[in-house]
Amino acid sequence: MLGAAIIVFREVLEAALIVGIVMAASHGLIGRALWISGGVAAGVVGAGLVAAFAAKIAAAASGMGQELLNAAILLLAVGMLGWHNVWMSRHGRALAVTVRSIGDAVTSGARPLYALTIVTGLAVLREGSETVLFLYGIAAGGGTTASTLLGGGVLGLAAGVGMGAALYLGLLRIPPRQLFAVTGWMVLLLAAGMASQAVGFLVQADMLPALGDAVWDTSAVLTEDSLVGRVLHTLIGYVSRPEGIQIVAYLATLLALGLSTQMVGRSGQPPLRDPDGRRLDPSRRHLP
Amino acid sequence: MPCPDRFLFAPILAIMLWVGPAAAEDSRYVLSIKDHKFQPTEIEIPANKKVALEISNLDPTPEEFESTELRREKVIPGGGRITLSIGPLKPGRYEFFGDFNPTTARGHIVVK
Repeated sequence: MLGAAIIVFREVLEAALIVGIVMAASHGLIGRALWISGGVAAGVVGAGLVAAFAAKIAAAASGMGQELLNAAILLLAVGMLGWHNVWMSRHGRALAVTVRSIGDAVTSGARPLYALTIVTGLAVLREGSETVLFLYGIAAGGGTTASTLLGGGVLGLAAGVGMGAALYLGLLRIPPRQLFAVTGWMVLLLAAGMASQAVGFLVQADMLPALGDAVWDTSAVLTEDSLVGRVLHTLIGYVSRPEGIQIVAYLATLLALGLSTQMVGRSGQPPLRDPDGRRLDPSRRHLP
Repeated sequence: MPCPDRFLFAPILAIMLWVGPAAAEDSRYVLSIKDHKFQPTEIEIPANKKVALEISNLDPTPEEFESTELRREKVIPGGGRITLSIGPLKPGRYEFFGDFNPTTARGHIVVK
């Protein structure tokens, strides 16, 4: 039972941490609970579909369907996270002011919530499909142990979701003025880590060169098998023995997203307005 | 509003269009899974050389080949067969396991 709990926990943890960051990054946006839970629901359905078609996916693209699917999912998520950060660099300041002064009444600009919905859905889909396959294996195995193992699965699910919730609640303790700066950095590092994971899959499929196996080795200090290693793997893309091309992808993503965020942020932010259209002075506190 | 992240979709498109080149010229090493155990549990491969690892799952239930040390993970459907590329690797011992049955499905690759 404990074994099943640990396996499910490991799979759920990554998705739960990502959802925790997404929840914090969208704090104060109208309707985000619906958008994010929609993403989770779509992800669960998608995970079931990916698991059901696992054999077809494995056989696709000359046997490299899994790698291509994983890489595509990860790169799409990188794109969506990047989009979110670019949008926030334009509207984040206004958002921070309005969140602080008017609660959840946010008016400026189009809201890129669909981007976060997609990120949520993809994270749940990717990790969820493996959980479904694992649980299917248990159920198909049958026997008297199946129900205890499934009980372990539920326990693992709860523990993983608990970690994501803890991250979210921890982030909410950050004052609104700094919250989006912190989540912006977290989203940036999350995206860079995903990009490095994506190219890792393409190396596994023999579609990209590794450019050096294990450029450095910090596995003596921290392995990805440990809880801390796993959490850092998700949050900042920690890999104890990175391939050269993973480092390249990581740095390229940091640079590309960092620069585009800076450029858009500098190109002028829209004036801050309250819901009635009056201009707000960001240096002053506005109370309703 | 400008859309500077549009270029991020280019790699995805590139991957979608990319039909994977075959790893035909690489040496091939064969593993199988039966009763949630790898057979053989040890394989030896040459150092600094890229090789293909072919794994057949003889069980009816799915398994996931996973190795932190090799940075590899790939689902093998019940009754299915997959191939993945590993290396070039430095000499050493690299553990792998079946993620869905980690207590029984264990093995390692010796790189010489």
